[in-house]
Parts: sequence; C-alpha cells; structure tokens
Amino acid sequence: MAKGILGTKVGMTQVFDEDGRLVPVTVVSCEPNVILQKKTVENDGYEAVQLGYKDKRPRSVKKAEAGNAAKSDSKPKRYVKEIAGNTFSNFDVGQEIGVNIFEAGEVVDVTGTSKGKGFQGVVKRHGHSTSAMTHGSRYHRGPGTLGPIDPNHVLKGMKLPGHMGAETVTIQNLKIVNVDEARNLLLISGNVPGPKRGLLVVKHAVKSDPVKPLDPAQYAQSPEQTDSEESAE
Amino acid sequence: MSQQLISEITQDYLKDDVPAFQPGDNVQVSVKIKEGARERIQVFQGLVIKRQGSGISETFTVRKVSYGVGVERTFPVHCPSIANIKVVRRGKVRRAKLHYIRGLSTKAARIKERR
Repeated sequence: MAKGILGTKVGMTQVFDEDGRLVPVTVVSCEPNVILQKKTVENDGYEAVQLGYKDKRPRSVKKAEAGNAAKSDSKPKRYVKEIAGNTFSNFDVGQEIGVNIFEAGEVVDVTGTSKGKGFQGVVKRHGHSTSAMTHGSRYHRGPGTLGPIDPNHVLKGMKLPGHMGAETVTIQNLKIVNVDEARNLLLISGNVPGPKRGLLVVKHAVKSDPVKPLDPAQYAQSPEQTDSEESAE
Repeated sequence: MSQQLISEITQDYLKDDVPAFQPGDNVQVSVKIKEGARERIQVFQGLVIKRQGSGISETFTVRKVSYGVGVERTFPVHCPSIANIKVVRRGKVRRAKLHYIRGLSTKAARIKERR
C-alpha cells in the first residue's frame, strides 16, 4: 500500500542530473510528520495512519484536537491527514516520519490544491478556441451554442463559464530527484499543484509496485538530525 | 525565505572553478560527449555574445562562424558536462548582449582586445 508524507511547496528551481542535464524540480519541505493515531481493522474497519504536520497556534487549538494530540504525546497539529494502508502498521503512535521514507529515483504522486483562478470563461476554463476578433465578427470568446432546440433545456455537463481552480489536483508519476535529509527536503521532478507554502501530500505512486510495511527502526528520526537542521537555519 | 533556501540547495550543484569571462571574450569550451560507453571531448571555440540568468540557471551563448555559416551554442555555466572553459582573448565591448554581431561581416565583426 501507499506510503506518504505531508509537506509544503517551497518553490521551483533546476538541478543537474547525473548525465549533466538540467532538470526542473519542485522543492517540497517536509518537516517530520507525527503519527497521531493508528486506524485498525478491528477498531475502525480499515487500516490507516493519521499524520500530523506543523504545530498549530495554541490559541486556535480546540479541546478535541488537544486531546487527540495528547494521546500521541505531541502538540496539536495544523494539518492532519490519513494515509491509507498498512505501510506504517509497524510504527508506534507518536513516532516521527521524515523524508527518508523516500529515496532518489522513486516515483510518487503529489496531491495539492490548485491555485484559484476566479470566474473564468470557456476559453481559459475548458480550452475552447476563440472566434474571429476582426473581419466584422461580433462574437469573440463566447461559449457558442448551448445545444439543440428540441429538449427545451440545456443538457447537463454543458461547458460554460464558472469558477476555475482551487480544487484538489493529483499529479501522478513524478520522479524524486533528490532527498535532502539534513534540511528535510524532497526535490521532485516537474511541477506540483498549488501556490508556494501550499499543503502537499506526497505519496508512493499508485501506478508503481506496492510497498511492503516499513521497518520503523530504519526510518527513525534521530535527534542529531534535528539539531543540525536548527543550526543550518 | 524560500528563495534563500532554494539558493542554498542549488549551491551544491554549482562549480567554483568557472573562470571570469564576459560578453566580447573569445572562449574555448571543452564539452564532454558520451558515445555509448566511450567519452570524448569536443571543443567549441567562439565569441561569447551573452550571459543570462543567475545561480544554477545561468547560461552563456558562444558564436562562431563555421565554413561561412554562423553557429551558436548555449551552455549552462555550471553544466557538469563542460570539462573546461578557457578564455582565449578578452574583448572590449560596450554592450551586454552582442546580437548586432550576427548581421555583420567578418571584418566588421572584429572586436578590440581588452587590456
């Protein structure tokens, strides 16, 4: 099943690969995620882990959130998401998951919320072609006909102007170019949805081979690592 | 903040042995070329007509006239497949981008040496 981690988009840049080609990469910052809760088949009917990412401001913490965080001996988290599957089933509640669950060359799916575009016409929203701008044409960027006269209503699914963007988008099969454990960064080839500082879920690609449950000891977040990260900043 | 982080990451990929050269200079660029398992070096010599970008995405364009045909190649400055950049001659020019040289004949395209 899938392994995954929550992170934020930092921005894009380029790096050289081993053949000397410049590859466009997106930098994703993934400070260690905490396992807040484990869902089990006996208890919940399915298997998953609940990951928490980034501490929440104490002022905006609800009692329920504080209670949930206390169970895993961590602080209330700003972003909480579930990763389905038994990949993390050997991990303990309260354990941290870092970028080292991935390695360079792996293929991932990245989910985020795309940038909002507001109310847009059919040309931008659905990729319709434009009509003539000149030669006496008085119809430029309109949607065209809304359908035949006979059904006496507009057919469902008609492509019309409306709100565009700000929706959940998943980009599949992106390659991880580099994993920077010291800075908790993933360099992912190509672009990912959303603005800078937007929340992203980086998951093992569904169209690649499934992963076996991971060994927690191998992916432990050692305290030295967090120290070096602080000194780097 | 994020831009600072990005420049930190790309720092590892930058070369620190790139010689100082600028538009107007004549340079010899040694490019590594892979042919199957073999690797050889090809030299491209010509006039630097521009440098653009910064950091890891900085590139420069070299122009030469080969058998009467103008040839231009653009290289990333920090590209690992560039084995060496050698400045052959320093030129004195008053522009950052020497696009005007494309329209000039060989004699008119001469550039004074910078001393």
